[in-house]
Amino acid sequence: MVHPDQVKAAIVAALPDASVSVEDLTGGGDHLQVSVVSTAFSGLSRVKQHQLVYGALRRELATEAIHALALQTSLPA
Amino acid sequence: MDSTTQQRIESLITSSPVFVFMKGNKLMPQCGFSNNVVQILNSLGVPFETFDVLSDMEIRQGIKDYSEWPTIPQVYVKGEFIGGSDILIELYNSGELRETLTVALGS
Repeated sequence: MVHPDQVKAAIVAALPDASVSVEDLTGGGDHLQVSVVSTAFSGLSRVKQHQLVYGALRRELATEAIHALALQTSLPA
Repeated sequence: MDSTTQQRIESLITSSPVFVFMKGNKLMPQCGFSNNVVQILNSLGVPFETFDVLSDMEIRQGIKDYSEWPTIPQVYVKGEFIGGSDILIELYNSGELRETLTVALGS
């Protein structure tokens, strides 16, 4: 499991302008719903947008500290 | 990933216009995210084939390396990775998925 603040910090480290919200769906810290808003997504396909976020969380995902990650990416309104 | 695994992946994703790597199978998905994808494709009434990654550790890891995508399910249309559960839901809601699949299956 991983604390939502760690997830947020890892994403912001990779995408400094990102506004990130992390919701712990089960309270167990391993099923997370994450929404990321960043200008870094501009011009990228959804797959590439999600890959940027997955890249920031590579370690947590590889170790399965995060088991399930529901992800939403968008550009600032 | 060894070249045998890569070849197996490439032959799987081109074996059907719509191909899904998932946990479990169409009738008994073993994970909520995999189930989402199956339900979406069923509701659009498109034919698709699946591979149960729980049955094969080489493919389970190999497919993540292949697409540089860390999670299952993974959906391929005409051999191209289009996304996992979240993206499928978004594409479905926006109507883009129906369009993409109509084009892929029509050609």
